Amino acid sequence: MKLVYFAWIRERIGMPEEDVILPEGVTTVGSLLDWLKGRGEQYEYALAEPSVIRVAVDHVHVAGDAPLAEAREVALFPPMTGG
Amino acid sequence: MADRPPIDVRVQADDFDVAAESEKLSRLSSNVGAIVTFTGLCRDEDGRLKTLELEHYPGMAEAEILRIANEAADRWPLLGLTVIHRFGRIRPGENIVVVVAASAHREAAFSAADFLMDFLKTRAPFWKKEHLADAEGGWVAAKAGDDNAVKRWSPPD
Repeated sequence: MKLVYFAWIRERIGMPEEDVILPEGVTTVGSLLDWLKGRGEQYEYALAEPSVIRVAVDHVHVAGDAPLAEAREVALFPPMTGG
Repeated sequence: MADRPPIDVRVQADDFDVAAESEKLSRLSSNVGAIVTFTGLCRDEDGRLKTLELEHYPGMAEAEILRIANEAADRWPLLGLTVIHRFGRIRPGENIVVVVAASAHREAAFSAADFLMDFLKTRAPFWKKEHLADAEGGWVAAKAGDDNAVKRWSPPD
């Protein structure tokens, strides 16, 4: 599965994207965030405040309980500030 | 769902011509009686801001704006709708975004443009980073007022 990061989440993690193989048990957006946080200091720093992390699965906004079974690309980003 | 009007969504680095976009919609149909354009510009925050950097999520930015535009077209009797959002470095005074809504009567065009902007701000994947004239700058924080603005629009019947 491809993970893509934007804005300060990208800067804190230190890369724009990466391919990952999800361990067993990581089946929802929420469990993905929990797993990522344990992958190192930069992830912990980027994802410290779950309430400001927005997630899209294959270009569509989703909530924390969204399943990942069919996901090809999961994006993590802060609240949007366009317009 | 009724047939949707022509919807033109563009996400681009280049500037756009607001008058030309409005003119295009005015020619779509002889029934166009109202065109509302909203243009968002880069301010200099009283001299504080040097440039604005707009990051976006390619692919999703276009898709999400199109979803919002389709919803506007389903809610109001529009005859045409154009949304252009820029990314990259933008200087004070330059355009960031334009929404052009055409309809037979003004209410639909006003409402659709207003709706589009409220949802663009909170759902279209763009992020602004400020580069300041004499300080470091940083990412712009989302405003609670923008989240409240979308609550004005009740779900469609």
